[in-house]
Amino acid sequence: MITKRIIPCLDVRDGRVVKGVNFSNLNDVNSPVELAKFYSDNGADELVFYDITASSDGRKIFTEILRETARNVFIPLTVGGGISSVADFERVLSCGADKVIVNTGAIRNPGLIPEAARLYGSQCVVISADVKRVGGGFHVFARGGRDDTGIEAVGWIRRCVESGAGEVVLNSIDTDGVKKGFDLEMLRAVCEVVNVPVIASGGAGSIEDFITLFHSVPKVDAGLAASIFHFGEVAIADLKARMSEENIPVRL
Amino acid sequence: MIAIVNYGVGNLFSLSSSFAAIGRDVLVTSNPDDLQRAERIILPGVGAFEDAARKLFSSGLAEPLLEEVRRGKPLLGICLGMQLLFTKSYEFGEHDGLNLIPGSVRAISEVIPEGLKIPQMGWNSLHLAKAGGVFANSREGDYVYFVHSYSAHCEDKYITATTNYGSGLTAAVQSGNVYGVQFHPEKSGAVGLGILRAFCEVSE
Repeated sequence: MITKRIIPCLDVRDGRVVKGVNFSNLNDVNSPVELAKFYSDNGADELVFYDITASSDGRKIFTEILRETARNVFIPLTVGGGISSVADFERVLSCGADKVIVNTGAIRNPGLIPEAARLYGSQCVVISADVKRVGGGFHVFARGGRDDTGIEAVGWIRRCVESGAGEVVLNSIDTDGVKKGFDLEMLRAVCEVVNVPVIASGGAGSIEDFITLFHSVPKVDAGLAASIFHFGEVAIADLKARMSEENIPVRL
Repeated sequence: MIAIVNYGVGNLFSLSSSFAAIGRDVLVTSNPDDLQRAERIILPGVGAFEDAARKLFSSGLAEPLLEEVRRGKPLLGICLGMQLLFTKSYEFGEHDGLNLIPGSVRAISEVIPEGLKIPQMGWNSLHLAKAGGVFANSREGDYVYFVHSYSAHCEDKYITATTNYGSGLTAAVQSGNVYGVQFHPEKSGAVGLGILRAFCEVSE
Protein backbone atom coordinates (compact mmCIF):
# COMPACT_ATOMS: atom_id res chain seq x y z
CA MET A 1 0.00 0.00 0.00
CA ILE A 2 1.27 3.45 -0.83
CA THR A 3 2.41 5.33 2.26
CA LYS A 4 1.78 8.83 3.57
CA ARG A 5 4.91 10.90 3.10
CA ILE A 6 6.69 13.02 5.71
CA ILE A 7 8.60 15.87 4.13
CA PRO A 8 10.98 18.27 5.85
CA CYS A 9 11.25 21.61 4.09
CA LEU A 10 14.58 23.42 3.99
CA ASP A 11 14.39 27.13 3.24
CA VAL A 12 17.82 28.07 1.93
CA ARG A 13 19.32 31.54 1.81
CA ASP A 14 22.98 32.35 1.20
CA GLY A 15 23.85 28.68 1.55
CA ARG A 16 22.18 28.21 4.92
CA VAL A 17 18.89 26.71 6.09
CA VAL A 18 16.49 29.22 7.57
CA LYS A 19 12.91 29.02 8.77
CA GLY A 20 10.44 31.83 8.84
CA VAL A 21 7.68 32.17 11.40
CA ASN A 22 4.79 33.71 9.49
CA PHE A 23 7.42 34.34 6.79
CA SER A 24 9.63 36.60 8.88
CA ASN A 25 12.03 36.39 11.86
CA LEU A 26 14.40 34.03 10.08
CA ASN A 27 16.72 31.93 12.20
CA ASP A 28 19.76 30.16 10.86
CA VAL A 29 19.56 26.44 11.52
CA ASN A 30 22.18 24.35 9.77
CA SER A 31 24.04 23.35 6.65
CA PRO A 32 21.54 22.25 3.97
CA VAL A 33 23.62 19.31 2.75
CA GLU A 34 24.21 18.01 6.28
CA LEU A 35 20.60 18.50 7.26
CA ALA A 36 19.38 16.75 4.09
CA LYS A 37 21.65 13.78 4.80
CA PHE A 38 20.46 13.67 8.39
CA TYR A 39 16.81 13.65 7.37
CA SER A 40 17.34 11.05 4.67
CA ASP A 41 19.09 8.77 7.17
CA ASN A 42 16.35 9.30 9.73
CA GLY A 43 13.25 8.47 7.77
CA ALA A 44 12.28 11.50 5.67
CA ASP A 45 10.39 10.33 2.58
CA GLU A 46 11.29 13.31 0.45
CA LEU A 47 12.94 16.70 0.84
CA VAL A 48 11.82 20.12 -0.26
CA PHE A 49 14.53 22.71 -0.88
CA TYR A 50 13.21 26.24 -1.13
CA ASP A 51 15.53 28.90 -2.52
CA ILE A 52 14.67 32.19 -0.80
CA THR A 53 17.70 34.02 -2.19
CA ALA A 54 17.13 37.23 -4.05
CA SER A 55 20.55 37.79 -5.63
CA SER A 56 22.07 35.96 -8.58
CA ASP A 57 25.16 35.16 -6.48
CA GLY A 58 22.91 33.50 -3.93
CA ARG A 59 21.25 31.56 -6.72
CA LYS A 60 24.61 30.17 -7.81
CA ILE A 61 25.36 29.07 -4.26
CA PHE A 62 21.93 27.42 -4.08
CA THR A 63 22.51 25.50 -7.30
CA GLU A 64 25.86 24.28 -6.00
CA ILE A 65 24.25 23.15 -2.73
CA LEU A 66 21.57 21.33 -4.67
CA ARG A 67 24.16 19.47 -6.71
CA GLU A 68 26.10 18.52 -3.59
CA THR A 69 22.90 17.29 -1.93
CA ALA A 70 21.89 15.17 -4.94
CA ARG A 71 25.35 13.59 -4.89
CA ASN A 72 24.80 12.41 -1.34
CA VAL A 73 21.09 11.98 -0.75
CA PHE A 74 19.04 9.34 -2.56
CA ILE A 75 15.44 10.21 -1.84
CA PRO A 76 13.20 12.44 -3.97
CA LEU A 77 14.28 16.06 -4.01
CA THR A 78 11.74 18.76 -4.75
CA VAL A 79 12.99 22.26 -5.43
CA GLY A 80 11.24 25.60 -5.44
CA GLY A 81 11.82 29.31 -5.09
CA GLY A 82 12.31 31.74 -7.93
CA ILE A 83 11.02 29.36 -10.61
CA SER A 84 9.59 31.61 -13.30
CA SER A 85 10.62 30.02 -16.59
CA VAL A 86 11.43 26.74 -18.27
CA ALA A 87 15.09 27.77 -18.02
CA ASP A 88 14.70 27.73 -14.23
CA PHE A 89 13.27 24.20 -14.45
CA GLU A 90 16.26 23.16 -16.52
CA ARG A 91 18.69 24.78 -14.08
CA VAL A 92 17.46 22.85 -11.03
CA LEU A 93 16.64 19.58 -12.82
CA SER A 94 20.17 19.39 -14.18
CA CYS A 95 21.46 19.63 -10.59
CA GLY A 96 19.51 16.62 -9.44
CA ALA A 97 16.04 17.92 -8.55
CA ASP A 98 13.24 15.44 -9.27
CA LYS A 99 10.30 17.79 -9.01
CA VAL A 100 10.02 21.54 -9.35
CA ILE A 101 7.69 23.80 -7.38
CA VAL A 102 6.13 26.80 -9.06
CA ASN A 103 4.37 29.42 -7.01
CA THR A 104 4.44 33.10 -7.94
CA GLY A 105 5.86 32.11 -11.33
CA ALA A 106 2.58 30.38 -12.22
CA ILE A 107 0.59 33.46 -11.24
CA ARG A 108 2.73 35.78 -13.37
CA ASN A 109 2.96 33.39 -16.32
CA PRO A 110 -0.05 31.08 -16.81
CA GLY A 111 1.78 29.31 -19.67
CA LEU A 112 4.57 28.04 -17.42
CA ILE A 113 2.79 24.98 -16.01
CA PRO A 114 1.55 23.58 -19.35
CA GLU A 115 4.91 24.22 -21.01
CA ALA A 116 6.89 22.59 -18.21
CA ALA A 117 4.48 19.63 -18.09
CA ARG A 118 4.89 19.09 -21.81
CA LEU A 119 8.69 19.18 -21.57
CA TYR A 120 9.26 17.29 -18.33
CA GLY A 121 5.98 15.52 -17.57
CA SER A 122 3.27 16.39 -15.06
CA GLN A 123 4.94 14.30 -12.38
CA CYS A 124 7.73 16.89 -12.35
CA VAL A 125 5.54 19.98 -11.95
CA VAL A 126 4.32 20.92 -8.49
CA ILE A 127 1.99 23.86 -7.90
CA SER A 128 2.52 25.46 -4.52
CA ALA A 129 -0.06 27.96 -3.33
CA ASP A 130 0.20 30.26 -0.31
CA VAL A 131 -3.42 30.66 0.71
CA LYS A 132 -5.12 32.88 3.28
CA ARG A 133 -8.72 33.52 4.28
CA VAL A 134 -9.95 36.88 3.02
CA GLY A 135 -13.56 37.95 3.50
CA GLY A 136 -14.93 34.45 3.92
CA GLY A 137 -13.06 33.01 0.92
CA PHE A 138 -9.59 31.62 0.22
CA HIS A 139 -7.19 33.88 -1.67
CA VAL A 140 -3.88 33.04 -3.36
CA PHE A 141 -1.02 35.21 -2.13
CA ALA A 142 2.11 35.94 -4.15
CA ARG A 143 5.74 36.78 -3.30
CA GLY A 144 6.15 34.49 -0.30
CA GLY A 145 2.77 35.36 1.18
CA ARG A 146 3.14 39.16 0.95
CA ASP A 147 0.70 40.15 -1.82
CA ASP A 148 -3.01 39.31 -2.02
CA THR A 149 -3.63 38.49 -5.68
CA GLY A 150 -7.40 38.42 -5.16
CA ILE A 151 -7.48 35.06 -6.96
CA GLU A 152 -9.90 32.51 -5.49
CA ALA A 153 -7.60 29.71 -4.36
CA VAL A 154 -9.51 26.45 -4.82
CA GLY A 155 -10.47 27.19 -8.43
CA TRP A 156 -6.96 28.43 -9.13
CA ILE A 157 -5.38 25.21 -7.86
CA ARG A 158 -7.87 23.10 -9.84
CA ARG A 159 -7.00 25.03 -13.02
CA CYS A 160 -3.26 24.58 -12.38
CA VAL A 161 -3.78 20.81 -12.10
CA GLU A 162 -5.92 20.75 -15.25
CA SER A 163 -3.19 22.61 -17.11
CA GLY A 164 -0.50 20.09 -16.11
CA ALA A 165 0.59 20.30 -12.46
CA GLY A 166 1.01 16.78 -11.07
CA GLU A 167 1.09 17.59 -7.37
CA VAL A 168 -0.11 20.34 -5.03
CA VAL A 169 1.59 21.91 -2.01
CA LEU A 170 -1.07 23.78 -0.06
CA ASN A 171 0.43 26.21 2.42
CA SER A 172 -2.01 27.90 4.72
CA ILE A 173 -0.74 31.33 5.72
CA ASP A 174 -3.38 31.36 8.47
CA THR A 175 -1.85 28.36 10.24
CA ASP A 176 1.80 28.72 9.15
CA GLY A 177 4.17 29.20 12.08
CA VAL A 178 1.30 29.04 14.61
CA LYS A 179 2.00 25.37 15.43
CA LYS A 180 -1.59 24.53 16.31
CA GLY A 181 -2.24 22.06 13.52
CA PHE A 182 -2.73 21.94 9.77
CA ASP A 183 -5.54 23.85 8.08
CA LEU A 184 -7.94 20.92 7.70
CA GLU A 185 -10.78 22.98 6.28
CA MET A 186 -8.63 24.46 3.52
CA LEU A 187 -7.08 21.05 2.73
CA ARG A 188 -10.51 19.39 2.45
CA ALA A 189 -11.65 22.07 0.03
CA VAL A 190 -8.65 21.47 -2.24
CA CYS A 191 -8.70 17.65 -2.00
CA GLU A 192 -12.33 17.74 -3.17
CA VAL A 193 -11.39 19.21 -6.54
CA VAL A 194 -8.08 17.56 -7.55
CA ASN A 195 -7.03 13.95 -8.14
CA VAL A 196 -3.27 14.44 -7.83
CA PRO A 197 -1.21 14.15 -4.63
CA VAL A 198 -1.75 16.96 -2.12
CA ILE A 199 0.95 17.95 0.37
CA ALA A 200 -0.24 19.74 3.51
CA SER A 201 1.95 22.60 4.70
CA GLY A 202 1.72 25.14 7.49
CA GLY A 203 0.79 24.63 11.10
CA ALA A 204 2.41 21.42 12.30
CA GLY A 205 3.37 21.80 15.96
CA SER A 206 3.35 18.24 17.24
CA ILE A 207 3.14 14.59 16.26
CA GLU A 208 -0.59 14.62 17.00
CA ASP A 209 -1.12 17.33 14.38
CA PHE A 210 0.05 14.88 11.69
CA ILE A 211 -2.16 12.09 13.11
CA THR A 212 -5.17 14.44 13.02
CA LEU A 213 -4.26 15.50 9.49
CA PHE A 214 -4.12 11.98 8.03
CA HIS A 215 -7.20 10.76 9.93
CA SER A 216 -9.34 13.84 9.17
CA VAL A 217 -8.38 14.38 5.54
CA PRO A 218 -7.62 10.91 4.15
CA LYS A 219 -7.01 12.27 0.66
CA VAL A 220 -3.94 14.21 1.83
CA ASP A 221 -0.81 12.35 0.71
CA ALA A 222 1.93 14.05 2.67
CA GLY A 223 2.69 16.40 5.53
CA LEU A 224 5.39 19.05 5.21
CA ALA A 225 7.04 20.96 8.03
CA ALA A 226 10.26 22.80 8.76
CA SER A 227 11.03 24.24 12.18
CA ILE A 228 9.60 21.41 14.30
CA PHE A 229 12.00 19.06 12.52
CA HIS A 230 14.96 21.48 12.38
CA PHE A 231 14.74 22.31 16.09
CA GLY A 232 14.29 18.68 17.08
CA GLU A 233 10.82 19.23 18.54
CA VAL A 234 9.57 16.29 16.49
CA ALA A 235 11.83 13.40 15.46
CA ILE A 236 10.66 11.81 12.21
CA ALA A 237 11.24 8.31 13.60
CA ASP A 238 8.90 9.02 16.55
CA LEU A 239 6.32 10.56 14.25
CA LYS A 240 6.36 7.56 11.93
CA ALA A 241 6.18 5.06 14.81
CA ARG A 242 3.10 6.89 16.07
CA MET A 243 1.55 6.91 12.56
CA SER A 244 2.09 3.17 12.37
CA GLU A 245 0.35 2.66 15.75
CA GLU A 246 -2.57 4.63 14.33
CA ASN A 247 -2.69 2.35 11.25
CA ILE A 248 -1.69 5.17 8.93
CA PRO A 249 0.33 3.59 6.10
CA VAL A 250 3.91 4.69 6.58
CA ARG A 251 7.39 3.68 5.44
CA LEU A 252 9.35 2.54 8.48
CA MET B 1 32.42 0.23 -15.91
CA ILE B 2 28.67 0.72 -15.90
CA ALA B 3 27.26 2.56 -18.90
CA ILE B 4 24.13 4.67 -18.49
CA VAL B 5 22.57 5.04 -21.93
CA ASN B 6 22.01 8.71 -22.68
CA TYR B 7 19.50 8.99 -25.50
CA GLY B 8 18.24 12.44 -24.58
CA VAL B 9 15.54 11.39 -22.14
CA GLY B 10 15.53 12.38 -18.51
CA ASN B 11 18.01 13.65 -16.08
CA LEU B 12 20.82 11.28 -15.27
CA PHE B 13 22.60 13.21 -12.52
CA SER B 14 21.00 11.33 -9.61
CA LEU B 15 21.36 7.98 -11.30
CA SER B 16 25.07 8.40 -11.98
CA SER B 17 25.56 9.83 -8.46
CA SER B 18 23.96 6.74 -6.94
CA PHE B 19 26.45 4.43 -8.68
CA ALA B 20 29.28 6.67 -7.58
CA ALA B 21 27.91 6.42 -4.01
CA ILE B 22 28.22 2.63 -4.07
CA GLY B 23 31.74 2.89 -5.40
CA ARG B 24 31.10 1.92 -9.00
CA ASP B 25 32.75 3.40 -12.03
CA VAL B 26 29.96 4.88 -14.11
CA LEU B 27 29.75 6.62 -17.47
CA VAL B 28 26.79 8.49 -18.93
CA THR B 29 27.21 7.95 -22.64
CA SER B 30 25.68 8.09 -26.08
CA ASN B 31 28.65 6.41 -27.70
CA PRO B 32 28.01 2.81 -28.91
CA ASP B 33 31.68 1.92 -28.26
CA ASP B 34 31.13 2.61 -24.57
CA LEU B 35 28.26 0.13 -24.49
CA GLN B 36 30.65 -2.45 -25.88
CA ARG B 37 33.32 -1.60 -23.29
CA ALA B 38 30.88 -1.58 -20.37
CA GLU B 39 30.41 -4.54 -18.05
CA ARG B 40 26.80 -3.62 -17.47
CA ILE B 41 24.29 -1.27 -19.03
CA ILE B 42 21.55 0.89 -17.55
CA LEU B 43 18.61 2.03 -19.67
CA PRO B 44 16.98 4.99 -17.89
CA GLY B 45 13.93 6.97 -18.94
CA VAL B 46 11.21 9.33 -17.83
CA GLY B 47 8.34 10.92 -19.70
CA ALA B 48 6.21 9.53 -22.51
CA PHE B 49 6.85 6.13 -24.13
CA GLU B 50 6.41 7.24 -27.73
CA ASP B 51 8.86 10.11 -27.44
CA ALA B 52 11.43 7.98 -25.58
CA ALA B 53 11.14 5.05 -28.02
CA ARG B 54 11.54 7.39 -30.99
CA LYS B 55 14.64 8.98 -29.45
CA LEU B 56 16.14 5.60 -28.55
CA PHE B 57 15.58 4.09 -32.01
CA SER B 58 16.82 7.20 -33.81
CA SER B 59 19.86 7.59 -31.53
CA GLY B 60 21.70 4.72 -33.16
CA LEU B 61 22.07 3.17 -29.69
CA ALA B 62 19.23 0.63 -29.84
CA GLU B 63 21.06 -1.82 -32.14
CA PRO B 64 24.40 -1.78 -30.25
CA LEU B 65 22.41 -2.13 -27.00
CA LEU B 66 20.53 -5.18 -28.31
CA GLU B 67 23.79 -6.65 -29.60
CA GLU B 68 25.42 -6.39 -26.14
CA VAL B 69 22.34 -7.96 -24.54
CA ARG B 70 22.48 -10.84 -27.03
CA ARG B 71 26.08 -11.40 -25.93
CA GLY B 72 24.84 -11.82 -22.37
CA LYS B 73 25.71 -8.43 -20.88
CA PRO B 74 23.43 -7.53 -17.93
CA LEU B 75 20.96 -4.75 -18.71
CA LEU B 76 18.80 -2.90 -16.21
CA GLY B 77 15.87 -0.79 -17.42
CA ILE B 78 14.61 1.76 -14.91
CA CYS B 79 11.08 3.23 -14.90
CA LEU B 80 10.29 4.12 -18.52
CA GLY B 81 13.54 2.30 -19.36
CA MET B 82 11.93 -0.87 -18.01
CA GLN B 83 8.77 -0.27 -20.04
CA LEU B 84 10.91 0.03 -23.18
CA LEU B 85 12.09 -3.56 -22.66
CA PHE B 86 8.63 -4.86 -23.61
CA THR B 87 7.06 -5.64 -26.97
CA LYS B 88 4.54 -2.83 -27.07
CA SER B 89 3.10 0.09 -25.17
CA TYR B 90 -0.45 1.37 -25.39
CA GLU B 91 0.38 4.82 -24.05
CA PHE B 92 -1.44 7.22 -26.40
CA GLY B 93 -1.72 4.76 -29.30
CA GLU B 94 0.35 1.67 -29.93
CA HIS B 95 4.14 1.84 -30.00
CA ASP B 96 6.91 -0.73 -30.38
CA GLY B 97 9.45 -1.30 -27.64
CA LEU B 98 12.70 -3.28 -27.68
CA ASN B 99 10.84 -6.61 -27.39
CA LEU B 100 13.44 -8.07 -25.02
CA ILE B 101 10.61 -9.34 -22.81
CA PRO B 102 7.29 -10.40 -24.34
CA GLY B 103 4.53 -8.24 -22.93
CA SER B 104 2.82 -4.89 -23.08
CA VAL B 105 2.63 -1.64 -21.17
CA ARG B 106 -0.84 -0.33 -20.27
CA ALA B 107 -2.43 2.44 -18.23
CA ILE B 108 -2.73 1.60 -14.54
CA SER B 109 -6.21 3.16 -14.71
CA GLU B 110 -7.30 -0.05 -16.52
CA VAL B 111 -6.51 -2.20 -13.50
CA ILE B 112 -6.67 -0.12 -10.31
CA PRO B 113 -9.93 0.81 -8.56
CA GLU B 114 -11.46 4.20 -9.29
CA GLY B 115 -10.62 7.03 -6.92
CA LEU B 116 -6.94 6.22 -6.54
CA LYS B 117 -4.65 9.00 -7.66
CA ILE B 118 -2.77 8.75 -10.93
CA PRO B 119 0.20 8.64 -11.22
CA GLN B 120 1.05 6.38 -8.36
CA MET B 121 3.55 8.72 -6.72
CA GLY B 122 5.35 7.80 -3.52
CA TRP B 123 6.78 4.94 -1.49
CA ASN B 124 5.18 1.52 -1.79
CA SER B 125 6.29 -1.91 -0.61
CA LEU B 126 7.67 -4.73 -2.74
CA HIS B 127 6.25 -8.20 -2.81
CA LEU B 128 9.15 -10.35 -3.99
CA ALA B 129 8.04 -13.08 -6.37
CA LYS B 130 11.60 -14.27 -6.96
CA ALA B 131 14.56 -13.81 -4.64
CA GLY B 132 18.09 -13.14 -5.85
CA GLY B 133 18.99 -11.13 -8.94
CA VAL B 134 18.59 -7.42 -8.25
CA PHE B 135 16.84 -8.34 -5.00
CA ALA B 136 19.78 -10.24 -3.51
CA ASN B 137 20.06 -7.50 -0.84
CA SER B 138 16.30 -6.90 -0.45
CA ARG B 139 13.68 -8.15 1.95
CA GLU B 140 9.98 -8.80 1.49
CA GLY B 141 8.08 -5.57 2.18
CA ASP B 142 10.97 -3.19 1.47
CA TYR B 143 9.78 0.25 0.40
CA VAL B 144 10.79 1.84 -2.89
CA TYR B 145 9.81 5.06 -4.67
CA PHE B 146 7.38 4.91 -7.59
CA VAL B 147 6.22 7.53 -10.09
CA HIS B 148 4.19 6.00 -12.92
CA SER B 149 0.86 6.01 -14.72
CA TYR B 150 1.55 2.90 -16.84
CA SER B 151 2.62 -0.60 -15.89
CA ALA B 152 3.84 -3.77 -17.58
CA HIS B 153 1.75 -6.85 -18.28
CA CYS B 154 3.56 -10.10 -19.02
CA GLU B 155 3.72 -13.77 -18.10
CA ASP B 156 4.27 -14.45 -14.41
CA LYS B 157 7.56 -16.17 -15.12
CA TYR B 158 9.14 -12.79 -15.93
CA ILE B 159 7.81 -10.98 -12.85
CA THR B 160 10.27 -10.78 -9.95
CA ALA B 161 8.33 -8.30 -7.78
CA THR B 162 4.92 -6.71 -7.58
CA THR B 163 3.47 -3.83 -5.59
CA ASN B 164 -0.06 -3.25 -4.37
CA TYR B 165 -1.76 -0.05 -5.49
CA GLY B 166 -5.38 -1.07 -5.12
CA SER B 167 -4.40 -3.95 -7.37
CA GLY B 168 -1.15 -5.82 -7.97
CA LEU B 169 1.16 -3.96 -10.36
CA THR B 170 4.39 -5.22 -11.92
CA ALA B 171 7.28 -3.70 -9.97
CA ALA B 172 10.22 -5.66 -11.41
CA VAL B 173 10.93 -8.15 -14.20
CA GLN B 174 13.72 -10.37 -15.41
CA SER B 175 14.37 -12.47 -18.46
CA GLY B 176 17.87 -13.96 -18.43
CA ASN B 177 20.36 -11.09 -18.34
CA VAL B 178 17.65 -8.48 -18.89
CA TYR B 179 16.33 -6.81 -15.72
CA GLY B 180 13.78 -4.07 -15.22
CA VAL B 181 12.41 -2.09 -12.29
CA GLN B 182 9.36 0.17 -12.50
CA PHE B 183 10.40 2.16 -9.42
CA HIS B 184 13.40 4.47 -8.98
CA PRO B 185 16.20 2.68 -7.10
CA GLU B 186 18.29 5.87 -7.27
CA LYS B 187 15.55 7.61 -5.23
CA SER B 188 14.76 4.74 -2.86
CA GLY B 189 17.33 5.41 -0.16
CA ALA B 190 19.44 2.57 1.23
CA VAL B 191 17.07 -0.07 -0.16
CA GLY B 192 17.48 1.37 -3.65
CA LEU B 193 21.26 1.51 -3.41
CA GLY B 194 21.15 -2.14 -2.30
CA ILE B 195 19.24 -3.00 -5.47
CA LEU B 196 21.77 -1.19 -7.67
CA ARG B 197 24.60 -2.94 -5.81
CA ALA B 198 22.93 -6.29 -6.44
CA PHE B 199 22.63 -5.51 -10.15
CA CYS B 200 26.35 -4.73 -10.18
CA GLU B 201 26.95 -8.24 -8.88
CA VAL B 202 24.63 -10.36 -11.04
CA SER B 203 26.76 -12.69 -13.16
CA GLU B 204 26.91 -12.21 -16.89
